[in-house]
Amino acid sequence: MTSLTLVRRIRARPQIVFDAVTTAEGIAHWWGPDAGPVLVAESDPRVGGRYRVRFLRMLDSTEYESSGEFLEIVPPERVVMSWRWKGGVPDPGESRVEITLKTVPEGTELTFVHSQLRDEEASRSHEEGWSGALDKLEAYLAAGTKVVGPTSHHQSEGR
Amino acid sequence: MVNSQERLARTFMALVDPTRRAILAQLERRDGASISELAKPFTIRLPAVMKHLDVLAKAGLVTRSKSGRTVTVRLRAQPMREAMEWLRRYERFWSGSLDRLTSYAESKEAEARRKGR
Repeated sequence: MTSLTLVRRIRARPQIVFDAVTTAEGIAHWWGPDAGPVLVAESDPRVGGRYRVRFLRMLDSTEYESSGEFLEIVPPERVVMSWRWKGGVPDPGESRVEITLKTVPEGTELTFVHSQLRDEEASRSHEEGWSGALDKLEAYLAAGTKVVGPTSHHQSEGR
Repeated sequence: MVNSQERLARTFMALVDPTRRAILAQLERRDGASISELAKPFTIRLPAVMKHLDVLAKAGLVTRSKSGRTVTVRLRAQPMREAMEWLRRYERFWSGSLDRLTSYAESKEAEARRKGR
């Protein structure tokens, strides 16, 4: 399965980051790709609880909504949630977001993994093996020539 | 005109097969190769290689040009770029979100310290 991993170092203690990630008030401050505002943020941060975020993307002035269920909650270390688009884009099915917080000297190291990503067309046609191809495609582009590993991850580090 | 979703699916389908990926990898290392040159490293027969090339050509990943009796195969990077673009959409989304999460959490931390917590 294709996944995306991002790592951030944040100058704030894990509990503050954890609240920012899980509470409706926190989510309303950051969810979305650009400076477009969050229009609706709802969150019930307990296992089985749901969240829903509606935001405006400035780039195309279009409203998008994503929602899902909290699958694991371990304050202030770990949150796992299901994630699904609603509106704005064709439904590519459910994927998984995993956020892990680690204490570091400057505050918190946040590791974000969005996995089980599928593209719309492939999830409709249930073609087997294509998602592995995405991983390989990525390895192919990264390595220039070799296409080998079945599970290379998209990794980028920030801060 | 083929829409981008179909193109994307075709690219992925073409890339699923290890022989086809190996063919692409060969083409990456040189500027154009004949079909017999491409078939050399494989244990499969020429017609099988031709079939793989058909799939790759249909996905737009290679082009074939004939000069006399030789067919030269070349890599075409555009479909790969489109497939990467799809993945990057997610990266842009989350990267922007996490930047904002970072500044928000840092301002909350500063606030908590001001209040002596």
